[in-house]
Amino acid sequence: MTEPQLPPETPAEDNESAEPESRWTAFMNDLTGVNVDWRSALLVPVLAIIAALAVSVVIIVVSDIELWREFSLSALGDAIGQAGSAMWALFTGSFGSLAAVSSTLAFSAPLILAGLSVAIGFKAGLFNIGAEGQMLMGGMAAVALGITIDIPVFLNVPLAVIGAMIGGGIWGGIAGLLRARTGAHEVITTIMLNSIAGLAVIWMLSTDFFQPEGRQDPVSEDIAVSARLPRLLGFLDRNDLRVHFGIVVALLAAYAIYWVLFKSTIGFEFRAVGFNPDAAHYAGMKVTWLYVSVMGLAGGLAGIAGMTQINGLLYRASPGFAAGIGFDAISLALLGRSHPAGVVAAGFLFGALRAGGLDMQVATDVPIDLIGVIQALVVVFIAAPALIRAIFRVKTGEEIGQLTTGWGT
Amino acid sequence: MFSAFKKRGAFLALLFSFALVAAACAEDEPAATSTAAPATTAAAPTTAAPTTAAPTTAAPTTLPPPAPGREVAACQVSDTGGIDDASFNASAWAGAQRAEAELEGVSIAFLESTDAADYRPNIDAFIAEGCDVILTIGFLLANDTAAAAADNPNQLFAIVDQSPGPFPPWADADGNMLSDYANLRGLTFQTDEAAFLAGYMAAGASETGVVGTFGGLPIPPVTIFMDGFVRGVDYYNTVKDASVVALGYDVESGEGQFTNNFDSLDDGRSFAETLVNNGADIVLPVAGPVGLGSAALCQDTGACLIVGVDADWNATAAEFSDVILTSILKNIDISIFNTINNVLVLESLGNPFNGTLANGGVGLAALQDNADRVSSELAQEVADLNDAIVAAGSLAEFLASMADA
Repeated sequence: MTEPQLPPETPAEDNESAEPESRWTAFMNDLTGVNVDWRSALLVPVLAIIAALAVSVVIIVVSDIELWREFSLSALGDAIGQAGSAMWALFTGSFGSLAAVSSTLAFSAPLILAGLSVAIGFKAGLFNIGAEGQMLMGGMAAVALGITIDIPVFLNVPLAVIGAMIGGGIWGGIAGLLRARTGAHEVITTIMLNSIAGLAVIWMLSTDFFQPEGRQDPVSEDIAVSARLPRLLGFLDRNDLRVHFGIVVALLAAYAIYWVLFKSTIGFEFRAVGFNPDAAHYAGMKVTWLYVSVMGLAGGLAGIAGMTQINGLLYRASPGFAAGIGFDAISLALLGRSHPAGVVAAGFLFGALRAGGLDMQVATDVPIDLIGVIQALVVVFIAAPALIRAIFRVKTGEEIGQLTTGWGT
Repeated sequence: MFSAFKKRGAFLALLFSFALVAAACAEDEPAATSTAAPATTAAAPTTAAPTTAAPTTAAPTTLPPPAPGREVAACQVSDTGGIDDASFNASAWAGAQRAEAELEGVSIAFLESTDAADYRPNIDAFIAEGCDVILTIGFLLANDTAAAAADNPNQLFAIVDQSPGPFPPWADADGNMLSDYANLRGLTFQTDEAAFLAGYMAAGASETGVVGTFGGLPIPPVTIFMDGFVRGVDYYNTVKDASVVALGYDVESGEGQFTNNFDSLDDGRSFAETLVNNGADIVLPVAGPVGLGSAALCQDTGACLIVGVDADWNATAAEFSDVILTSILKNIDISIFNTINNVLVLESLGNPFNGTLANGGVGLAALQDNADRVSSELAQEVADLNDAIVAAGSLAEFLASMADA
């Protein structure tokens, strides 16, 4: 298809020879089994987050309407004070109390799972824009099981996870199959499959199978209580602690994906295809089958993310229950540099922003839309390390490797 | 880090360009709400506003002054249409803003929901913040409001378009109530009474003899508009021995045209286009801001007029007033103001609110640019019809008495 390319991610051997390996690096390498320079791997994301927060403070100050009506030093002081209290609310709303931490974790679970879905695609050189649609299909599979089957919770929850994985996996696998068999680019097919999934959900929710009696609008019956993901802090008997078993599922999935990618043969083949499909083919790997299985696995992960929305929080389906998480997952995977550990960290960050953003709007009237701006700025700074270098006057070490092959390759 | 900022003039310029774009966007929002706010308040027939709007009980017509120093935080959770939807949520917010302006000790706040997954977190955020009364705007929030109200029996709630009853989400499938919901006030509207008047007027004003409607979702607070409108057209046909056709909704089966969303202006345009292609020259879009897409079509083609919903669109969507015939007013602002006032003064929610033509909770907006389409006889007939429905007590009783006669 194309001329051979150099592997996009070169392990940072040069850096290691330049600097002595720190204990921290050694520890992280032991922990993850991946041989990279952790200082430079973490430097850009952390500085990008700091820069994004700094820019958003400027945005809050400059967008203060009172400041423009009548400019004075005290108005400027008020605006800066408001920006400060907005940032403080962002922090306390995400980590400041048990309820805040619980909320952060509840928001993080589907973000991590969908982020893993996109990340595993990146590792194999596939750009999975379809996490949103795969979430919808996985979630619908979970709803279909949840409203028909009522068995004890320790059986029903695993059943929901497997069902969602199959539902989302089929949806992702379609894109993989189209890529492998016809060469249809997965960026196009996954975007289109998102739309199809969105409309299919509306149609499915209008059928008698899903719709509760007496309702005409697209909404499903409530799933069985035994299908709900148990609340982790349920023993405290407080109804404001929403964190549920989904976060455990997400962390287990992250470890499983880490193992698959870096410890298993198939993971090696995924990454080999990502580095260079032609070379992988030449080495005797079945590239066609790999595309299907990568997209199937990615779809399965996104499907579980959809299941956590349904079985963990909403307990019923209505259109758009994926809530744009499948799209946030793309920035999240970029921020996490497509590594499962990075995706988990980025998922916690985005979850914290969602949870804290609510408090920010309630406490300071700074609209929650600012969270979208912060997320976008983080990605802008990640994608342009030169900008980070210029602002902070640091060496960022290795450039981020090419994350995916481009159009028509 | 900030010293680095100073040295990097070019980068600072970049930051400011970011910031200016953001500022421009942010300035839009208050502007949009502030234009909507006085307009809906003005449009509401404030003289008819009941102080305690329970038609069935003898409530005091004037409330005692609130206890001195009493403060009430009223917090609104909007649905996915957003606070500036020029209709449903904007009308509710206008009521809250009026309460803040006119009542001492009232503070207000809102959270917008971008999707169904936001409803409960938004409600919980307000509970954590210590709001005195949480106003959830719309039928779609009923599930989450019911659960939150059952979980937090000491937190006051009011929900638009739902009243607790022996059916889900308030009760289980067998009709057993999940809570007594003493902490929750339903704010409902007999919108079909006003829609009936609009249907009668549209049938009389139509030049092609075809009118049409479409809805956002097939849920009761939407279909009640379409139902009343089509019944109004039918009544016109009966009285005048005419044959005006109403497209888009079937009264018997409850089936009709639905966009399945409350935010796509493109859908509003294409659904209206389909109705116009089938001969309709007056369109009633019951889908919040979606209808603005229909109004844009009418303005571009000159082929149709719009009947607005919820608020007076001559005020909230003034740029389209040249294609607006009238609007079916659903004065959510009155019910919200009334609820906040009750919490402030009575320290309780008061009886359930049911807005009717009689108590001013629903009504028809004044004619404006297209007043010439409605002859004085037609306007008089609509006014008489209004009085007849008020005298009969409800639309159902009015229609029954007409059927008997």
